Amino acid sequence: MAKHRELGLTDSEFDLIVEKLGREPNDVELAMFSLLWSEHCAYKHSRKLLRRLPTEGERVVMGPGENAGAVDIGNGYAVAFKVESHNHPSAVEPFQGAATGVGGILRDVFALGARPIAILDSLRFGELDSVRSRHLLDGAVRGIGHYGNSIGVATVGGEIYFEEPYEHNCLVNAMCVGLAKTEDMVRAAAAGVGNAVVLMGASTGRDGIGGASVLASAELGDGDEAKRPTVQIGDPFEESKVLECCLELLEKGLLVSLQDLGAAGLTSSAAEMASAGGVGIDVDVTKVPLREGDMEPFEIMVSESQERMLAVVEPARVAEVLAVCEKWQTGGAEIGAITESGQVRILRDGEVVGEMPVEALVDGCPLYDLEPAEPEGWIYGNRSTLAVGISAEEELLALLASPSIASKRWAFEQYDSLVGSRTVRRPEGADAAVLALPESGNAVAVSIDGNGRRVACDPYNGTVEAVLECAQNLACVGAEPLGLTNCLNFGNPEKPATAWQLDRAVSGLADACTALGVPVVGGNVSLYNEGPEGPIYPTPVVGMVGELPDPAQVAGSAFAREGDAIGLVGPFAPVLAGSELAKQRGELDAGLPRPDVAAVAAACAIVREAVRAGRLASAHDVSDGGLACALAESAIAGGLGCQVELQPLRDRGCLPENALFGEGSGGFLVSGEREVLEGLGATYLGEVGGAAIEIAAGDRSIRLDLAEAERAWRSLPAQAEGDGA
Amino acid sequence: MRWGVLQFPGSCDERDALHACTVASGERARLIWHEERDLAGVDAVVVPGGFSYGDYLRAGAIARFSPAMEAVAEFAAAGGPVLGICNGFQVLCEAGLLPGALLRNKELRFICRQVDLLPEGPTDRLMTPEGHQSINRSASALSIPMKHGEGRYYAPDEVLDELETNGQVAYRYAEGQNSNGSARDIAGVRNEAGNVVGLMPHPEHAVDPLTGSTDGLRVFEAVTAAGARA
Repeated sequence: MAKHRELGLTDSEFDLIVEKLGREPNDVELAMFSLLWSEHCAYKHSRKLLRRLPTEGERVVMGPGENAGAVDIGNGYAVAFKVESHNHPSAVEPFQGAATGVGGILRDVFALGARPIAILDSLRFGELDSVRSRHLLDGAVRGIGHYGNSIGVATVGGEIYFEEPYEHNCLVNAMCVGLAKTEDMVRAAAAGVGNAVVLMGASTGRDGIGGASVLASAELGDGDEAKRPTVQIGDPFEESKVLECCLELLEKGLLVSLQDLGAAGLTSSAAEMASAGGVGIDVDVTKVPLREGDMEPFEIMVSESQERMLAVVEPARVAEVLAVCEKWQTGGAEIGAITESGQVRILRDGEVVGEMPVEALVDGCPLYDLEPAEPEGWIYGNRSTLAVGISAEEELLALLASPSIASKRWAFEQYDSLVGSRTVRRPEGADAAVLALPESGNAVAVSIDGNGRRVACDPYNGTVEAVLECAQNLACVGAEPLGLTNCLNFGNPEKPATAWQLDRAVSGLADACTALGVPVVGGNVSLYNEGPEGPIYPTPVVGMVGELPDPAQVAGSAFAREGDAIGLVGPFAPVLAGSELAKQRGELDAGLPRPDVAAVAAACAIVREAVRAGRLASAHDVSDGGLACALAESAIAGGLGCQVELQPLRDRGCLPENALFGEGSGGFLVSGEREVLEGLGATYLGEVGGAAIEIAAGDRSIRLDLAEAERAWRSLPAQAEGDGA
Repeated sequence: MRWGVLQFPGSCDERDALHACTVASGERARLIWHEERDLAGVDAVVVPGGFSYGDYLRAGAIARFSPAMEAVAEFAAAGGPVLGICNGFQVLCEAGLLPGALLRNKELRFICRQVDLLPEGPTDRLMTPEGHQSINRSASALSIPMKHGEGRYYAPDEVLDELETNGQVAYRYAEGQNSNGSARDIAGVRNEAGNVVGLMPHPEHAVDPLTGSTDGLRVFEAVTAAGARA
């Protein structure tokens, strides 16, 4: 096979490179082009679609194109955040794949000069009756804990779903939130001809060579074990030192610009810094500290060794910069310079071994139009796991025990959720994570969501729902959305059905964000998530950040007081389409109703203001498993039962089982004083109290002891560790 | 009472400890870089949580050799109060300033969880002292978070017997909450003189009702009281 094809380039892409260089590329150049022109780096199948997203807003400090997005949180501070995937490495080696996913997203955030304060994770695996899924879950959770705990950044939230289509290709998306003084933040654009280029952090080895092109931009299949050497190995201690080192350098004003080394290593960071600054860059590979002395120039340029950062420094400050590196016992080496050539030049012992125009490397890759075609009907499988004719109690227990709905305590207790002393609500304490910001005198709330099954049913409406769910989660803690990041996890975009899913999902994301007035400040695209059995569910994961004035006023999701009234706020019109119950019955089909975005936004505002005023005892968004599961979750968390009558929903035309288990956007389950609820225009459903969950729903009425419901809801450990399978 | 908090490369909770010391004492605490040998002006020391030097070899095994720890050993020998939290407890055990060792949790997983901690010990000793009689307002358990992967307290039986006899057990996990498998539910111990105390749970993460509890202040106050006597 021709070398360029082995590296993932098509014949016509290779011809274009020859045309742009005016000659054939040598091995160093071909290796660098193959990485920067990979799907992972060039977004060649998604870049055109992403232009639809709204990216501007008055609170935006940094938008797409920087290492991470950032929004103004007030009082001179900004919150930086981004979500990124590490799916393929995690499917091959879950512990290191997930660990380095966390490491990578942390670097994106501190590259801006923001101190990371929180990590959230969005994970997808196959069903837990599969040994492979349990292995991937265990490895990924351990890996996230290993990295996050060791580096001392709190893991404060996240979500995990289990669905058959992720069996071969699990998803590991990590989100990091950081805090910075706005005036101290730094951009990635290189500037100042003659300035020095300094490589900091770990030395460069042969790990992760070809990760972006070989692993992240192709489908998984047989022989994936052979790809293990392309997975990087994480060293959180090294990252901890380079993090502190970079923050100290920025605080002292010693850096002109800073960029992390992620996919495609030195190649992409050098080229992208030069491109953003409209300058050229020289890199002398002889000056790069190596783990193995005999590395070839191309290996040095494409290595994905972790825990490295690239900085541009004024020549007069280089000695000071290296002294700070020395203090933190981390590497620091001047490896090149900013030039006015507009070229990326790679030198070895003074000899040029590669020379390419920055523009050709970074922006020269052809962008492809998708060829979307809507598939007919439901293209994924259906598997019934519920017996026919069972009672509503049995259905509720089955839903609560579903690992996608059950308490994730087993996972989040393996994470340090407290370090930093900002965690106002611990995982599962409220619908969104809340972090106090004494520096700016307020707090930030963060939520991450995305239900792939519902997006599979209806890519447009399912994606709108993901955005709305994030907004609802923020409203439950009294937060107003400021910005959004996203990770688009899809199958092979060259296939028409996946192209259609991607196209519709991006439109849904764009329309929902525009309607809510929430700018998209960054994101990531992960394509080719499919194995021999087909693609994953299309999974746009949405991370939303919001601000709240007073963290002391955060409501939890738990019922708090015996005798409180329970009400429903919002335009909730539940149906079984795409629901967890439909999944368990094996009745999934294409199509979801269109959410009323304006009405949901109005309900969010009502709940947000009530929470901020301290008028609600609890607030919980109605999500997976419908109202019955939301009631059970609030009841279990509070250790208090409830007596509820669903007649008001049935009066709106809802069938009893839709009222119980139907899903859809726009529902808030709240508790508090009855007059307060009436003042919000809430639909009165019942009262908090007793030791049972009692829901009157005609012939589908439920009476379930709280203890029994809790046993089902807490059954994840047994399922995750295989005892229950 | 001026506190100093050690900072190693890989420390995680040193800023939280610094804040807690300031809240507890009303005076500004300072960080002590691991290469410092001079503890001048410091009345009490915290060895904080984290993963000092990465802890890849064995928790605390490298930190004990740092210049700052040499200074802490001299400070402790002179009767200065020292509080080791989590990794700090591991470091103090490795340094031989406290008896016993911390092994991997019995289920081999990291656990982050709020636990109830029972202070105990004879009244003439540090930490329970007039300490705990005046400060331990309700004699009830302290609600404090733990978060570690290597917190299973271990010592040979004869050493454990001796600790009990000498009143060197400082804290135990309340019944049913010893999730790491520690011997005799021990969560924290002190040295024979009583001025060096280590515990696995994190009192520095329990100094503000906003983030969960203020019971951790009682641990700092107890050390403060001991420092005042020293």
